[in-house]
Amino acid sequence: MTPTTSTEPKVPAQRGGRAGAAGERERVSAFWSLSRAMLLGMKRDRTATFFILLFPLVFLVFFGTVTQGSGSPHAKVAQVGAVKLFDSMQGDARNGLNEVLTITRTDDEAATLEKVRKGDFDAMIEQGPDGKVELRYSAADTVRAGALQGILNSVVQSANQAATGQPPAYVLDSQQVEDKSLKPIQFLTPGLLGWAVATGAVFGAALTLVNWRKTKVLRRLRLAPISAGTVVSSRVVVSLLTALLQSAVFLVVATSFFGLKLTGDWWLVIPLVICATLAFMSIGLLAGSVAKTEEAANGISQVIVLPMSFLSGSFFPLDDAPGWLKAISEVMPLHYLVKSAQSVLTRGGGVMDALPTMGGLLLFAAVLTAVAWKLFKWEDD
Amino acid sequence: MTAAISADGIRQRYGDVQAVDGVSFTVEAGEFYGILGPNGAGKTTTMEILEGVRKPDEGRVELLGMNPWPRNPKLLPRIGVQFQASAFFRKLTARETIRTFASFYGVGPKRADAMLERVGLGDKAESLTEKMSGGQAQRLSIACALAHDPELVFLDEPTTGLDPQSRRNLWDLLRDINAEGRTVVLTTHYLDEAEVLCDRVSIMDHGKILHTGAPAALIRELDDTVRISIASGQLPLDRARELLTAAGADIANLEDDTVSLSVSTRLPAPVLSVLAEQNALRGLEVRGATLEDVFLQLTGREFRA
Repeated sequence: MTPTTSTEPKVPAQRGGRAGAAGERERVSAFWSLSRAMLLGMKRDRTATFFILLFPLVFLVFFGTVTQGSGSPHAKVAQVGAVKLFDSMQGDARNGLNEVLTITRTDDEAATLEKVRKGDFDAMIEQGPDGKVELRYSAADTVRAGALQGILNSVVQSANQAATGQPPAYVLDSQQVEDKSLKPIQFLTPGLLGWAVATGAVFGAALTLVNWRKTKVLRRLRLAPISAGTVVSSRVVVSLLTALLQSAVFLVVATSFFGLKLTGDWWLVIPLVICATLAFMSIGLLAGSVAKTEEAANGISQVIVLPMSFLSGSFFPLDDAPGWLKAISEVMPLHYLVKSAQSVLTRGGGVMDALPTMGGLLLFAAVLTAVAWKLFKWEDD
Repeated sequence: MTAAISADGIRQRYGDVQAVDGVSFTVEAGEFYGILGPNGAGKTTTMEILEGVRKPDEGRVELLGMNPWPRNPKLLPRIGVQFQASAFFRKLTARETIRTFASFYGVGPKRADAMLERVGLGDKAESLTEKMSGGQAQRLSIACALAHDPELVFLDEPTTGLDPQSRRNLWDLLRDINAEGRTVVLTTHYLDEAEVLCDRVSIMDHGKILHTGAPAALIRELDDTVRISIASGQLPLDRARELLTAAGADIANLEDDTVSLSVSTRLPAPVLSVLAEQNALRGLEVRGATLEDVFLQLTGREFRA
């Protein structure tokens, strides 16, 4: 991928005595002007800009908005009549309870029970004359029902314990570990970022290759005294810049508007994205080598990128997926990017979480590029 | 001095089609050489083999004494290729396009801009190539092929699809390019274009070169009839036949289509003197054979332009 190969131009002395720049300077200027030509073309192509930068952002905004606020065990509870257990709670204890429960007072037991059935309330609570606290809950949301039972059970236990007048023998001090129970934005951002980078790099490489072959730009490049290395490396630089721009926009939007909290070594996402871009470009290169038309290149890329994104946990976690599905997901480069990006962006992962993924992605890129090189054609037959 | 191009027995087959079937020719340095033929004659494939973007199944090619296949970076700066299709980067202006291509040859922006002026696109420099007319795009394509000052220039049907005005402008440009000492190879399916521009032409059909020579020489060799016509109504057809026979004219064909009375003959002198004696010279036209007649005789069929 470096712009040095054996086919460097050796410009002979030519008529007119012009253009006698040194070989080194020439190569550099060809490299940059080619990169610049591609960047300008991309910048001016509104459709491309939309699909590369804005479309993934639309997904982020959409998912970020619909999932905002969910994930907490907050429950709506209707309290029928007086419940001494709640009514007697004061100060911090009461505030703590209000954080997890919204308690609404009602008088009509039958009507309230009906509302629980319909899902307007998650549960109904009342206290019998013998001190028995009765909880009637809906099992529609089992997680919430379980949490509710746990909360009430602990309230009852601590009230019982307090009634004995003795200090508690055991105290539970619990602290949350940063895990998937965090806000969804924490796993959405790395996932969607991975999908965006994959889309940009695969489609970018595949469509460029086919378009250049079809319009004979590829032939022009072949007839110019520049090396294949110059052409490939400038295309790589353009894709890398695109991917890094995508990442920057993503992280800024997610942190500013959706409360994404980055952890310690989040910068490791930069080398990760670079390695992943190379891996995805090699997929695009392969698709572009096989496809004869832009439509075909588009189709092949879509058939690869979309299933890969679903199977790599870009849109939703795969923890509950069957084993065979997980096995498929484990051959996909995006799976590793998403996993490592989650690790370094939101779970405090470090260099050792990123390095093996980076190595694997580069290996993947090398193997696929070698295959694409074999299938590569300068011209349509 | 080595020839600019020498091709020896090149053949290329695509599946069942023998696109190029044993083509040999030589182009001298500084020559304006044309390959003339209908669509599908094998012109483009021959050009691609010469340029070194296709490897011929058989045969040898040398450009400026070097083999163009495999890709030869020493040769590339010395040749310029203009493309049939407008092969430009997307969404770039004319100026950005030529500067980008020029940079591949180590040619700076000044010379690139000068080339743009030279082909008359100075005022179109900021237009996107997608928005340019066919003639403008062709001129840009030629400018891109010339920016690095090549010795040998390949032009593949440069005037196809252009209006008459643009064609003539382009012809002037091509003549200038050749006058500067560059060797130019042109394919065309316009006979008038070959006749006007080329020092020598090869007429090609079914993958073979049928005949090669200077356009004027080819036409002379044809030894075709001259067609003389006057406006109808000056001389009745029967009377004309009588007078011409009496004057001993060799008449290949005589007809009156009510617009003009035409005589085809190998010996125009007696015909013209009969017409002059009869004072029947209104609308006189004498038309010699053209390259088209040569072509039709060689290929034996309608010209499929």
